[in-house]
Amino acid sequence: MYSSAIVEEAVVRLLREAECMLPADVRAALSAALENEPEMLPRSQLEVVLRNAAMAAELTVPMCQDIGLPVFFVRGRYDPRMERAIRRGVARATEEVPLRPNTVDPVSRANHGDNLGLWMPPVHFEPSDARHLDLAVLPKGAGSENWSALRMLNPAEGMEGVRRFVLECVVRAGPRPCPPTVVGVGIGGTADQAALLSKRALLRDLGSRNGDGALAALETSLLTDLNSLGLGPMGLGGRTTCLDVLIEKASCHTASLPVAVSLSCWALRRAFARVRPDGTVSFRQEGGW
Amino acid sequence: MVTLKELKAPLSEQGARALRAGELVSLSGELLTARDEAHLRAVRMLRTGEGLPFRLEGMAIYHCGPIVRRDGDWRVIAAGPTTSARMDRLAPELIRLGRPRLIIGKGGMSAEVLEAMREVGCAYLAFPGGAAVVAAEALPEVIDVHWEDLGMPEAVWHLRAEGLGPMVVAMDAHGRSLFKEVEEGVAKRSALL
Repeated sequence: MYSSAIVEEAVVRLLREAECMLPADVRAALSAALENEPEMLPRSQLEVVLRNAAMAAELTVPMCQDIGLPVFFVRGRYDPRMERAIRRGVARATEEVPLRPNTVDPVSRANHGDNLGLWMPPVHFEPSDARHLDLAVLPKGAGSENWSALRMLNPAEGMEGVRRFVLECVVRAGPRPCPPTVVGVGIGGTADQAALLSKRALLRDLGSRNGDGALAALETSLLTDLNSLGLGPMGLGGRTTCLDVLIEKASCHTASLPVAVSLSCWALRRAFARVRPDGTVSFRQEGGW
Repeated sequence: MVTLKELKAPLSEQGARALRAGELVSLSGELLTARDEAHLRAVRMLRTGEGLPFRLEGMAIYHCGPIVRRDGDWRVIAAGPTTSARMDRLAPELIRLGRPRLIIGKGGMSAEVLEAMREVGCAYLAFPGGAAVVAAEALPEVIDVHWEDLGMPEAVWHLRAEGLGPMVVAMDAHGRSLFKEVEEGVAKRSALL
């Protein structure tokens, strides 16, 4: 079994990589958006964003001051030391990277100073029989998280209802979640599962498509629709409003059709680690969860 | 690369009124960061006539909660803009009582803020959201820090700027807002989908 010191070290490195290095697929999508943009104003926004990503990687500093809340996904055999190791890793990364202390008490608004707190960071555990431990982190900034939404649709509204809700979410958010955004959508499950799926969807590579043909077609057609809106980079107008739409589903109650949307700003930050029983750890940022 | 109009802060009312929506600018001089909690405290103090511990008139307010690190002196590590709309409720009063000349942020602000800006002579500059390292590079000095009890993101950081940009004049002192114009177009097109 791996030691908790190895997990703690892996968490520090996961956060450093996720916060400072924009994944290759996201960089490629932003570069493609720049190439496709004829107007000076939206071009200027994309140029700065790409230059910023290059500087952050070179200097190993967070690409955005809103380092987000680090949402963790863990797959493996449950070990109670694991959660403590993740918490220690987050506190250390806050000092060492450094990260901005973002967590506060929701009532008093007092800042905890270490990015920890009650139920913080969120850790979503997915039990598995494998002997290795898989970790993923998705740091989620508040600018985009504040536009998250859930609706319990009437099942008769079907996929057309889902399409309308996603459009409504992106239009309502406007310039505020730092477009071009990546739209994570969770369909089905219970209300809480739909919300979680909409986040988990953001771990997928941009350009990948859901295995369900109908959902894959909806991902592609929604992307075309969203980019016809003209909201553009930072909401100043332009051709690219969204970099991709990624949809995940779960089975649901026969009387329900939950749909949840999680928007990610252009700075879609993610990193994955695999801790093996012999103590070796490998890291990556693409390839999905 | 496009050429940017170079601004210097503090700025005069005339200087703020000379800015027109759509212009690309950069800023040198001084600025003050302020987010939700600093807006609450500043407005409360201005209402009661209690003086602020910093000069606000003529200044640039930056909606930003930076990452700063103290190695001897304070150093700005990452300092992109935060969502300005969160300050919509308090900004009109802050603008009228405090008379800043520039507001820097992302995502734009409400019609009520635009009206206060027109009245007082103040312009809104949009800095690309998330471009925190590009911004930090143009903020080479922490002149002072106020209200540290609010925590690192919410404190008022008094910073020196050197060519902070590119920024877009997105709301001007003549009642024009690029965000409003784009959102109207988006609403029209989305109704057809």
